[in-house]
Amino acid sequence: MRIPLPVKAVLSIIVCAVLAFVYVPLLIVVINSFNSSQSLGWPPKSFTFEWWIRAFSDRGALSALGTSLLVAACATVIALILGTLASLALDRFDFFGKESVNLLIVLPIALPGIITGIALNNAFTTMLGWKLGLLTVITAHATFCIVTIYNNVFARMRRLSGNLRDAAMDLGADSFTTFRLVTFPQLRSALLAGGLLAFGLSFDEIIVTQFTAGTGVQTLPIWIFDNMFRPGQAPIVNVIATFLVIVSIIPIMLANRIGGKAATGAP
Amino acid sequence: MTETAATAISLRGVERRFGDVAAVDGVDLDITEGEFFSMLGPSGSGKTTVLRLIAGFDEPTAGTIELSGKPVQRLASYDRDVNTVFQDYALFPHLNVIENVEFGLRIRKVSKSRRRQLAREALDRMRLGAFERRRPSELSGGQRQRVALARAIVVDPKVLLLDEPLGALDKKLREQMQVELKDLQRNLGITFVFVTHDQEEALTLSDRIAVFSDGKIQQVDTPENLYRAPATEFVASFVGTSNLFDEEHSQRLLGLNGMYTIRPENLRVSSAGDEHAGRLTGTVRNRMFIGANHRTIIDVDDIEVSVLEPADSPSRSLGEQVSLDFNESDVRRLRADEQSAAHVALD
Repeated sequence: MRIPLPVKAVLSIIVCAVLAFVYVPLLIVVINSFNSSQSLGWPPKSFTFEWWIRAFSDRGALSALGTSLLVAACATVIALILGTLASLALDRFDFFGKESVNLLIVLPIALPGIITGIALNNAFTTMLGWKLGLLTVITAHATFCIVTIYNNVFARMRRLSGNLRDAAMDLGADSFTTFRLVTFPQLRSALLAGGLLAFGLSFDEIIVTQFTAGTGVQTLPIWIFDNMFRPGQAPIVNVIATFLVIVSIIPIMLANRIGGKAATGAP
Repeated sequence: MTETAATAISLRGVERRFGDVAAVDGVDLDITEGEFFSMLGPSGSGKTTVLRLIAGFDEPTAGTIELSGKPVQRLASYDRDVNTVFQDYALFPHLNVIENVEFGLRIRKVSKSRRRQLAREALDRMRLGAFERRRPSELSGGQRQRVALARAIVVDPKVLLLDEPLGALDKKLREQMQVELKDLQRNLGITFVFVTHDQEEALTLSDRIAVFSDGKIQQVDTPENLYRAPATEFVASFVGTSNLFDEEHSQRLLGLNGMYTIRPENLRVSSAGDEHAGRLTGTVRNRMFIGANHRTIIDVDDIEVSVLEPADSPSRSLGEQVSLDFNESDVRRLRADEQSAAHVALD
């Protein structure tokens, strides 16, 4: 299609403006993490590594980072297992209410975090009588992480020929061997893509975490939120933010490259 | 086939219902060891479902299936001594050619060196020796087909099930593969059960054919008998080209009660007024040259009759009066179809 030059120019400007609107603030955070002025005066006067050094010796920040990694890893593993099982079951069997179950599995990704947070908080504290802590955060994160795994695996199963399973069984493989030698290898990249996405989602989640973490558990996003406006902490927060940008982008990029056409569950 | 040959597969009263619909509706069938047996029918006639029931991918809702005299209808496919070549080949995309062929041997815990040797032999038999490192996606349709065959025969099954294996190939390749399949079956000496909707293919390849329609078997016979003596209206119309006369037409044309058929090549045309005037007279409505023959459509008392004449037969002009003759033995009485619902447009 041929686009007239003036239209092209206007479109280019709009695209640039949108991208600038998103990425210039991010760039400022990155620059400020090296800004020697503690009050983050703009433009930066000189360059320093001081904040980076202080950030990585800040106990609170480091332990929050550790908590976040642990929560994301556990939630991802739980989601990998449950999401895969759910999608295999829904792909394989026809039963009454199948479409509803499908919807119910995918719904948590569409629900506002604050609703999920309140609901889980109520369920944990009043109904189950659990003490809020690491376990409740992991459980809560797993609810929306399952969706990305489920969607990826389900999309992959749809593309697989059902005859592959029949062919494996025809050649003598029982159900478990068929899964191990035929189905799983087909799913591997979908699982990796879904897992990376789930990890990324959990890692920067803050709302559901607020409602389910209690007082003892501090993930990195919550640590940032708490320290953002404390005197003297702003430059360190910038360092952590820069670090988070990198940590979040890498898995999403990898997931995109691996998953390719596979449907993602990203909100 | 010798007369003492044992029964490889035996189906008794086999039925497969999906809700209210009977995909397979009371099938009895005996397939002899070493036989090239075809199941022929249009799509939806139940032939593939029967194949899947024999393979064990599906369970019959009623009836028994025996392999070599042992009931297997409740056995999983991995416990049955049959192997399948799938219509879409179903090659494992993450494995290369030789790994695909080795798959069944790997499951059977055959040693690595032995299974490589057996897989190579199977691939060489299929003239695929040079392709063992390729992925299935890097092969042509015909090559994939041969890999699927190699993968199935390498485990030495007693019965090979083939689900429209040539359906996806172009005409030339299909004819070539037909010859290869027939040779393969003769050399291996095992039972082939071949599903197809292509009557020509079934006639060419098979020792015997079961014609399916509406989940029922219309007739089981040798290709020659099936062609020469179709039992039902459906068989007469599905296998080859036929003139079918319903009760009214039979009465008017032949003075016979019941349903009758006669093959176009069994009708002889001569000019009207000839001293060898035939039993019927009619008008030439159409004449088409189709290579080795002319197909002439003759209107007899408002009933269209199709005649196959040799290419060197005298030319006939449209509207010409002709007379038709035939041997009484070529007129075949037809039973009603096994299920009344089947009415297929006459060719």
